[in-house]
Amino acid sequence: MSATAVKTASNPLDDKTVFYLEEEPHHEEGASTMLGFWLYLMSDCLIFAMLFAVFGVLGGNYAAGPGPKELFDLELVALNTAMLLFSSITYGFAMLAMDRNNQRQTLAWLAITGLFGLAFLGIELYEFGHLIHEGATPQRSAFLSSFFTLVGTHGLHVTFGIIWLVTLMVQVSMKGLIPANKRRLMCLSMFWHFLDVIWIGVFTFVYLLGMLR
Amino acid sequence: MSAANSDHSPDSHDVDHLGHEAHNHGSFKSYMIGFVLSVILTAIPFALVMTGVLPTQATALIVMGFAVVQIVVHMIYFLHMNSKSEGGWTMLALIFTIIVVVIALSGSLWVMYHLNTNMMPTHDMTQMVG
Repeated sequence: MSATAVKTASNPLDDKTVFYLEEEPHHEEGASTMLGFWLYLMSDCLIFAMLFAVFGVLGGNYAAGPGPKELFDLELVALNTAMLLFSSITYGFAMLAMDRNNQRQTLAWLAITGLFGLAFLGIELYEFGHLIHEGATPQRSAFLSSFFTLVGTHGLHVTFGIIWLVTLMVQVSMKGLIPANKRRLMCLSMFWHFLDVIWIGVFTFVYLLGMLR
Repeated sequence: MSAANSDHSPDSHDVDHLGHEAHNHGSFKSYMIGFVLSVILTAIPFALVMTGVLPTQATALIVMGFAVVQIVVHMIYFLHMNSKSEGGWTMLALIFTIIVVVIALSGSLWVMYHLNTNMMPTHDMTQMVG
């Protein structure tokens, strides 16, 4: 301690105590992107948790209107679940093709993923249209309001996921599998699989348990 | 870039770099395991509810159990969660989120259930008619 003090006193310019880093530690570009995106997904998870809580509280309030047993078609939901599950595995194949730096295969698998996503959305919109046509609109009962909010929010996420997917396909085909594009594909991969995880909650708590109520 | 930096901070940067490169996207095998498990874990609850072979209570419990297992399967095989990625920070964020979600969900359901049973006048149809 005293040695340092002496040294500092004798040579104040060279050995001045500094309280900041003279050179910023080097961070690779995008090194923290995955963690940041994961934190976003966790906050998104909270949004869905609140919507699930609302559905849990209001899901039994039919206001003398139709209940899940009259409204839901489980075969359609099973088909929808299959579409989302297929899109998850095909996105996985796109990531594996990306690891092999195979741009054509990556794009092909991404396109297939997008088609499955569109099929999912199409079936969901058909279901919504069918419900509204039958008079089971969001205004009908608290159960239907919370149902449309929860399932609709998930559908909206899938919609934006597809828009993002198409954007990335354009970017990959223009710029190739550069590190920035790989990072973006990895973020979308997490987003896409996360939506599938949320859908597990939706088909379990809304549709399957709804049929048992 | 890497060489210049490794003299500078040999402790952290190399590890970080390696960890970044080894960002594990899974393999064909792990994706297929996850997919097959998901199909099984989805098909059984749907079949149970659609056929109604078991009593309602048992079906509900089994369906919820399968959902939890399937979420874990997705986390491991599709989202590649493990305790080491990003130095454990993703796992920490996940655990925190799960705690908040459990508190919010169980709290909401519990409070609102009691509110419903305690605040609502008990509907007695005979009195209403009279």
